[in-house]
Amino acid sequence: MTEPTVSLTHLLGLEGVSAADIQILLDTGFTFREVLDRPIKKVPTLSGINVVNLFFENSTRTRISFELAEKRLSADVTNFSVGGSSLDKGEGLKDTVLNIHAMKMDAVVMRHPVPGAAVQLSRFVDAVVINAGDGSHEHPTQALLDMLSLQERFGRLKGLKVGIIGDIAHSRVARSNIFGLLTMGAEVAVCGPGHLIPPQVEALGVSVVPDVDDLLGWADAVNVLRIQRERMGAGLIPSVREYRAGFGLTNERLARHKREIIILHPGPINRGVEIDSDVADSDQAIILDQVINGVAVRMSILYHLLGPRAAG
Amino acid sequence: MAAGALPGQILITGGRVYDPATGKSRRVDLAVKRGRLVEPESLDRGKTTVIDAAGCLITHGFIDLHAHFREPGREDKETLASGAQAALAGGFTRVCVMPNTEPPIDSPEAVRALLEKSAGLPVEIMVIGAITAGQQGVELAELRAMRAAGAVAFSDDGVPIRNGQVLRHALYYAKDLGVPLINHAEDPDLRGAGVMHEGALSTRLGLPGNPALAEAAMVYRDLLLAADTGGRLHVPHLSTAEAVAQVRAFKAAGAHVTAEATPHHLALTEELLAGYDPMAKVAPPLRSESDRRAVVAGLQDGTIDCIATDHAPHTVEEKEQDMLQAPFGMIGLESAFGLAHTALTEAGLTTEKVLDLLTTGPAGVLNLELQPLQPGAVAELVVVDPAAEWTFGPEHIHSRSRNTPALGRRLKGRVRATLSPHGLYLGH
Repeated sequence: MTEPTVSLTHLLGLEGVSAADIQILLDTGFTFREVLDRPIKKVPTLSGINVVNLFFENSTRTRISFELAEKRLSADVTNFSVGGSSLDKGEGLKDTVLNIHAMKMDAVVMRHPVPGAAVQLSRFVDAVVINAGDGSHEHPTQALLDMLSLQERFGRLKGLKVGIIGDIAHSRVARSNIFGLLTMGAEVAVCGPGHLIPPQVEALGVSVVPDVDDLLGWADAVNVLRIQRERMGAGLIPSVREYRAGFGLTNERLARHKREIIILHPGPINRGVEIDSDVADSDQAIILDQVINGVAVRMSILYHLLGPRAAG
Repeated sequence: MAAGALPGQILITGGRVYDPATGKSRRVDLAVKRGRLVEPESLDRGKTTVIDAAGCLITHGFIDLHAHFREPGREDKETLASGAQAALAGGFTRVCVMPNTEPPIDSPEAVRALLEKSAGLPVEIMVIGAITAGQQGVELAELRAMRAAGAVAFSDDGVPIRNGQVLRHALYYAKDLGVPLINHAEDPDLRGAGVMHEGALSTRLGLPGNPALAEAAMVYRDLLLAADTGGRLHVPHLSTAEAVAQVRAFKAAGAHVTAEATPHHLALTEELLAGYDPMAKVAPPLRSESDRRAVVAGLQDGTIDCIATDHAPHTVEEKEQDMLQAPFGMIGLESAFGLAHTALTEAGLTTEKVLDLLTTGPAGVLNLELQPLQPGAVAELVVVDPAAEWTFGPEHIHSRSRNTPALGRRLKGRVRATLSPHGLYLGH
């Protein structure tokens, strides 16, 4: 039996990635999900492969998820976190590139605050680049784990109605979900404060639903984005109570909708802001499934992008 | 070529002379002796440098209203000397340099120092002084004294004057000086952190957008101020359909305003940002195709008076950074004619009209009269081959910097030679 292979060299984003490739990554994700349920959760697939987790922005969750995925596949893992301060001092992409060359890395998992950073990096390094979030551009592994979780729950993505609620303009999670879900045949609607809906977002193929209750009446599942505290600092969100009243997934709001709507959240959750505690802990919410699926789908991505190197 | 090495006699043969001062063309040979046009018969026997201009147009040297030569302060990016070489290679014989140097050019002493330093360079350097002290947008700089020292226009360059009353005062104050004030045409608050044109593409790329209305709002305010004061306003680097329409309307109503467009805004669009290329990051940003067409239409119908490069050199190191850190700007002198000629003739403009936009256009903005290309005139000439197709490459760059997204582009129309009293550039 020949295994399906993806046509990707890097995973920079989901824009432009084919449905066939996404399906392969999800299918293998399910396989690894089973591995993760076994008593011995480790496979030797990427033995001898060097992966660096290069984080220019704090992200405990994504970094740990990648690290787990890498270790389960027996890769050699190096963590390299660069705080915001040294970035301000001018530690730029160029030096990152030179360091990666010098360390002879096979793969770079990079989180960076600037949109396009992963694309730029991929132009200069031999290593496989996996985008772990580049500013407000893309977060493809998050969207893949969201899709894995949706497929697990619904058995399909095609025709699924998915709403995304929150600060769409600054959200890489939103963009990657939009690109990935549309490619897989789902319908996507976005909802949030008017000034946090990016201009001409309809051109991406999504609809804009200004009212959360309208969105909940339509959607099979909603992805609730985390409200970043810095947006409040910048005066873009007047107050927690106003946001919660307008856009929060509250108990009262959900109670008005009889149909069960599946709820995703990329974490970390601001309980009582974008989502009520009871809602986040309810059976409707698949937030913890997302966490384990995150490890599984990242194993799948590493396996497909680095497997050929390990074999060679 | 250094001044000392200049040939004493030059004969340009076989071409067509297009005189933008008269709008007339004629097939004649042009002779130059010691920096002036002479009758070909009056050339001495002996050593004459002959330029074969078959298939070419010979016209007045180009004038650039908007360049950054970075001296003093950032000589690693450009100097007056390197900028002058770049200009000459691009067909320019006069260049206005912007005052955003370190320190800024905001005093008569600074204007004089720059003019003294540029004496003898192969192109004439004309100095634009700052409108406000230190480009801070608060206190008026010594505009009258700078004018007396030789400044040809005033601008705070890339820093827009946010306070409308300050610009209003400046327009009144400089009214009798006979030179234009140039205000960077972007509302800094609406522009915000934007690094590219705001629209579907910026949304797709997740890059902060700079909306068209950031330009439209500032241009509209400035046009109102010009109309109100009767002062001379020149609008730099128009990039949006809205702002072009506003300039058109105010001109029709009789306001004393002029405007420029850059080769990159009339030839290139936001699509160059799709691959996250910092080389294409510029302010105002490369816009949509419909904006680009509006700029071309503005040049065609006279709404926009001239082409100006906004030549903005930056180091390799700076442009190798990410999309947020990399500075705004691109060099433009060497590729200006090729880019503009390609895009504008494709849109139906004649080569002569393109040449007007690089000669009489900018001269008119500065109230300069160009001498007809007749014996006795100072030899400021450019020889262009309108049919030449070529690929713009690093070998064509004389600037100290190489930051331009035009590298690798196929262009139609090329500068073959440029002559000035202190310089001669001979291309291929």
